[in-house]
Amino acid sequence: MNKPDLIKQLQTILPADAVLFAQEDLKPFECDGLSAYRQVPMLVVLPETEAQVRDILLLCRREHVPVVARGAGTGLSGGALPLVDGVLLSLAKFKRIVSLDPLARIARVQPGVRNAAISEAAAAHGLYYAPDPSSQIACTIGGNVAENSGGVHCLKYGLTVHNVLKLRAYTMDGEMLELGSESLDAAGYDLLALFNGSEGMLGVIVEVTVKLLPKPELARVVMAAFASVAQAGAAVGEIIAAGIIPAGLEMMDKLSIHAAEDFVHAGYPLDAEAMLLCESDGTPEEVSEEIAKMEVILKRCGTTSLRTSANEADRLRLWAGRKAAFPAVGRISPDYYCMDGTIPRRELGRVLHRIAELSQEYGLRVANVFHAGDGNLHPLILYDANQPGEFHRAEEIGGKILELCVEVGGTITGEHGVGIEKINQMCAQFQEGELQLFRAVKQAFDPSGLLNPGKVIPTAHRCAEFGKQHVHHGQVAFPELPRF
Amino acid sequence: MQNLIEQYRQTVNAAVRDQSRLRIAGSGSKSFYGRATQGETLDVTAYRGIISYEPTELVITARAGTPLVEIEAALAERRQMLAFEPPHFGSGATLGGCIASGLSGPRRAYAGAVRDYVLGVRMMDGKGCVLNFGGQVMKNVAGYDVSRLLAGSLGTLGLLLDVSLKVLPVPAAEVTLRFEMNESDAITAMNRWAAQPLSLSATCYCDGVLTVRLSGASAAVRAVREKLGGESVENAAEFWRMVGEQQHEFFQTATPLWRLSVPPSTPMIAGKQLIEWGGALRWLVSDESAESLRALVAALGGQATLFRSAQAHDAPFHPLSPALLQVHRRLKNSFDPHGIFNVGRMYSEF
Ligand SMILES: Cc1cc2nc3c(=O)[nH]c(=O)nc-3n(C[C@H](O)[C@H](O)[C@H](O)COP(=O)(O)OP(=O)(O)OC[C@H]3O[C@@H](n4cnc5c(N)ncnc54)[C@H](O)[C@@H]3O)c2cc1C
Repeated sequence: MNKPDLIKQLQTILPADAVLFAQEDLKPFECDGLSAYRQVPMLVVLPETEAQVRDILLLCRREHVPVVARGAGTGLSGGALPLVDGVLLSLAKFKRIVSLDPLARIARVQPGVRNAAISEAAAAHGLYYAPDPSSQIACTIGGNVAENSGGVHCLKYGLTVHNVLKLRAYTMDGEMLELGSESLDAAGYDLLALFNGSEGMLGVIVEVTVKLLPKPELARVVMAAFASVAQAGAAVGEIIAAGIIPAGLEMMDKLSIHAAEDFVHAGYPLDAEAMLLCESDGTPEEVSEEIAKMEVILKRCGTTSLRTSANEADRLRLWAGRKAAFPAVGRISPDYYCMDGTIPRRELGRVLHRIAELSQEYGLRVANVFHAGDGNLHPLILYDANQPGEFHRAEEIGGKILELCVEVGGTITGEHGVGIEKINQMCAQFQEGELQLFRAVKQAFDPSGLLNPGKVIPTAHRCAEFGKQHVHHGQVAFPELPRF
Repeated sequence: MQNLIEQYRQTVNAAVRDQSRLRIAGSGSKSFYGRATQGETLDVTAYRGIISYEPTELVITARAGTPLVEIEAALAERRQMLAFEPPHFGSGATLGGCIASGLSGPRRAYAGAVRDYVLGVRMMDGKGCVLNFGGQVMKNVAGYDVSRLLAGSLGTLGLLLDVSLKVLPVPAAEVTLRFEMNESDAITAMNRWAAQPLSLSATCYCDGVLTVRLSGASAAVRAVREKLGGESVENAAEFWRMVGEQQHEFFQTATPLWRLSVPPSTPMIAGKQLIEWGGALRWLVSDESAESLRALVAALGGQATLFRSAQAHDAPFHPLSPALLQVHRRLKNSFDPHGIFNVGRMYSEF
């Protein structure tokens, strides 16, 4: 079917203003948060009912037109990158909170509802939705499920997958799937878990039921400065070894401390090589007990200065620098490239050392922000897109960092997804056998392969090409350890 | 251990060649659960042992044949635990059976289920290929989350080899309280209390008594206890073990035992019950027909599983919608294209 015919057909499903095809209307959808990759889609559709979503999918399926779903477009791996010959299906109009049951502590929301809007709606009942990505004022719950997003509090409260009870989604074939339930489990395979982090490749999510938690009575955060990254890393291990699971446990290195301090004036220690933010929440009694324990440990681990939030405003100010770390780094460099590997925490010193070496080799600065509690690194590579070759160098060092994460027993993405960005590194993380199975899983939901094609799972051919360019896994670091 | 894997591979290859089926077996502690399955027994209990355990990383990796008691003992030594409190249902219960059955214990409503703690899996698929999914780190979204999918799949997708689990510290303090109240008030109380920051970690209602466990920092547990009142239960660990292991007297019956999974605030359901998980899990002893129970529970937004019964039942699990059934079949076919592993253990169709 040619484009004008497709538009005509779509207009029988949707109101005229919900089908966009003029170049200037398509432009805002050309990229997600990974703006280095851009592609204007053939068309954009903005459905507002489930029936419209189904009919769009049925039509595209019949006409062999690929579809990419999009939430708020804050994704950082190009998962919502449009296709030149594809329809971009925006869920922007699905922004209703369908119901909120304070007794059962669940909220049923449409996928375009912003993450923060759920907690805002639940606040009146003393409840909140726990996963809190830094992008929470903008990103949607549908995107969160698709990426299995985390936040600074997920060490204690879990990722999206731990906080979603049920999904309603349409497959590319227009079939409605109900996954999970409002109780604590559902019959059959755990397809709900499989959908979390599936990056819009298995179905289009049209409703999400989330778990709400009671808001802790009190939260306080300790900021601890250290003279070395290794010492700060050791302190993280000691806190966990003491049987404490802090509500948040974050680390920043010198460059990000400076960038954040210049930006939000949080009162960060500018002379430190690294700092930790350790949060405790719960009843007042629990918080004082835990904070006291953490202070003792931090002192024993050689902190050079320690500050504990005195009140809520103070606590929020201490977090503001961390939560604004990405834009803060954006102020000290024309461009930055955010990486997202996870490593076993014990490898932190070694990995940061190697990142510093790579930074030297490539002549690009790297600022490190780290969900230290769960080993999720966010190296921010600073570059200038206007300097020829710099983006390419940034990509290359980024790829090296991810391969390093795999080498020490970690993974190429903790929470931002593979998308289009890390598709080559998938060849470093997995063997062909696993990739084949991923392709089969995709096929089980989407036999035609029309939903978000070309993302996440590399073809065998691509991995063969990639293998030629990169020598990796030639010598594996710890051959005796299981590699998964 | 490599020899054992090689042996399993040969068994799988032979089954593919002969078009025969395999029945994966650990200690057999959960053989009552699900449908009966035919085929040559593939005993995996020899493939055992803890591979690595690093308390500061909060991760343990062990072979699927490892007895759960061995894992729990190793964790207890470092004051850590499996937070989902898996039921053993037998002294030989293995890690593989725990993951494959996907069953969680009293702490489930407050700490999460088996699948919430699965970080990575090494498995053998139906072609004899050894595959690795997930890892030993807390956060990992590279590729589809196959390791969590395997939790609760009852061995129908493949042979579990090694499993990595997230573990948690044992709470500093725990106290169990009992309250006499009727069923309806108990359901309300469990839901109301769960909506407040009260450090709940288990709930059980049976025969006019609501029993509640609090876990957390000592000061917090003390404060909540004062707030809630109730009577303190002696020997509480044993009480929760009896509930989790179904050794509590409620479970001592020859009548079919149904597991009703419902939204937690669902009002009282008629019949003899033990309620757990803040109201989300209702154990029902009943001779009622599957059809009528399922219709009732489905209308409430839940599902009914025939958990134990003297007579084999063809459909112990709640039926799947046609669309879901199709996806299940295709997934089964992706992992096990020749249909050799635990065929029909879950549903007759795959
Ligand atoms: C400044 C900044 C900070 C960030 N901080 C964090 C953080 O702390 N933690 C974190 O995890 N992430 C973070 N992110 C990444 C991003 O915000 C998350 O990945 C988020 O979940 C994406 O949501 P979205 O609505 O913008 O999705 P999009 O970017 O629109 O889409 C993301 C993916 O989801 C798919 N998708 C979207 N909606 C649906 C649907 N309804 N059905 C099916 N598939 C769908 C898309 O196809 C795409 O593959 C950050 C991003 C930015 C820009």
